[in-house]
Amino acid sequence: MAITRDEVAHLARLARLDLDEAELAQMAGQLDAILGAVARVSEVASDDVPPTSHAVPLTNVLREDVVAPCLTPEQALSGAPAAQDGRFRVPRILGEEP
Amino acid sequence: MGDLTRLTAADLGALIASGEASAVEVTQAHLDRIGKVDESIHAYLHVDTEGALTAAAAVDSARKIGSPLGPLAGVPLALKDVLTQEGIPTTCGSKILEGWRPPYDSTVVRKLRAAGVVILGKANMDEFAMGSSTENSAYGPTRNPWDLDRIPGGSSGGSSAAVAAFTAPLAIGTDTGGSIRQPAAVCGIVGAKPTYGGVSRYGLVAFSSSLDQAGPFARTVLDAALLHEAIAGHDPLDSTSIDAAVPPVVAAARQADVRGMRIGVVRELSGEGYQSGVETRFAEAVELLNSLGAEVVEVSCPNFDYAMAAYYLIAPSEASSNLARFDAMRYGLRVGDDGTAGVEEVMSRTRAAGFGPEVKRRIILGTYALSAGYYDAYYGSAQKVRTLISRDFDAAFAQVDVLVSPTAPTTAFPIGDKVDDPLAMYLQDLCTIPSNLAGNCAMSVPVGLAPEDGLPVGLQIMAPAMADDRLYRVGAALETALRERTGQLLIEGAPPL
Repeated sequence: MAITRDEVAHLARLARLDLDEAELAQMAGQLDAILGAVARVSEVASDDVPPTSHAVPLTNVLREDVVAPCLTPEQALSGAPAAQDGRFRVPRILGEEP
Repeated sequence: MGDLTRLTAADLGALIASGEASAVEVTQAHLDRIGKVDESIHAYLHVDTEGALTAAAAVDSARKIGSPLGPLAGVPLALKDVLTQEGIPTTCGSKILEGWRPPYDSTVVRKLRAAGVVILGKANMDEFAMGSSTENSAYGPTRNPWDLDRIPGGSSGGSSAAVAAFTAPLAIGTDTGGSIRQPAAVCGIVGAKPTYGGVSRYGLVAFSSSLDQAGPFARTVLDAALLHEAIAGHDPLDSTSIDAAVPPVVAAARQADVRGMRIGVVRELSGEGYQSGVETRFAEAVELLNSLGAEVVEVSCPNFDYAMAAYYLIAPSEASSNLARFDAMRYGLRVGDDGTAGVEEVMSRTRAAGFGPEVKRRIILGTYALSAGYYDAYYGSAQKVRTLISRDFDAAFAQVDVLVSPTAPTTAFPIGDKVDDPLAMYLQDLCTIPSNLAGNCAMSVPVGLAPEDGLPVGLQIMAPAMADDRLYRVGAALETALRERTGQLLIEGAPPL
């Protein structure tokens, strides 16, 4: 099954990646080749094999619910592209005009 | 005393502790060497001259007042640019993090500081550790000290090249699918991927969280063991960190004895696609292990044939999720925020401008593999293969103490050779991926030069989870025997820069 340019464009939208036409075309061909090579995992992945999501079997690693040192608001904001009043400043998040 | 940059970390640490050399002297010698040769190698993205000399001076002061110094106090190191160091630029080889200065230290850095290790600077890498050649760095490639027209391996190519070029005796890398072992192999040095969970991932910018592991580069197995011991151990800040004693890696490196050990050669990791000189040197090294008293048998791990396919589904899937954090809001680049564009538009423009081609490719691939309708066929099947590979390892380790294979199927290839063919590049990780998928430990040690091109060949040793000491025992035995034959380490015969 070949991956089309439109499918790559859809994936790019989901991944918030603004790809140009040349990138979409090139990526469609490359994804096709890569998926062709990796699809063979299904040859051995039978129903009786349980999946492994993580190599180390750990569950519910919790800590005591106590206050511990953490970043100050100034430190947390130190790398922000824009900040205001001790908060991250973001572009508009709703559809209406500014 | 001669050239301080030619000494091992163990020897430098001993000279500093005894006062025969100062940490400042040792650090300055490496900074001078960086100034002299790094223009042609480009192993470093950032050199922290002031911070390094300050840290070195603190070690010298501690010695003067009689404080006990650890074995690596005052020894310089190159840090892969994927680990945070407070106030020091951390880019992950990406434009999206250009200029970011993290507000905190990674646990690896905190432990290095506690051991008195002097961090010289940040080492170049493939963007977000995706690649096998360091050509995917947004800041230009690193060159292999053996041949400046060839790749130093990847993704930790800056780390391997720094150690091979004698601009640092030690380096930290990270290994998600082979990114410590393959660069170590093609640069003729030692590199180890500790057991998953053996070294804290706190402050390691995540690529594929279930596979990423930081580990040591050095020119000797003992030096790698000293660094491994310094950075390993349980960390409450990493919920996947293993709460157990650090395996006795330094003692094992000093033991350097394989008598009575059972060593398995993996049948599936040979044959088609393997360069003949790689196979020749590998076979000789296996013979040597046998002559040193190890029992060598052949073992089969049939599902290893599916490891690469599983890896290139699992790692991009995790990456597509992990890299969602680069949203132009909390840190890093922001593009197109002109007051009219909405938040999603700014995110999309920023990510398009900030990520390079391989990162975009893997994000799209991972997004596809995790999509409704494809999840079971791709990501689900890959997770099952992961189970099968762990079972192959379990069966093999029931028969033998360690497994061996070539580290990489070829020696260092020319820069530019595979940039347009992602699948050909992915084949570099053929032998190293199984250990990441199973979460166990592995190491690459140099075993000679391929006759046809005169470039370094590495042998990979694989051991069960938390049996990292076995890697060092075998690696050190091999290193000692090879050194007795030639009178020097392989890297000491590299052409002068």
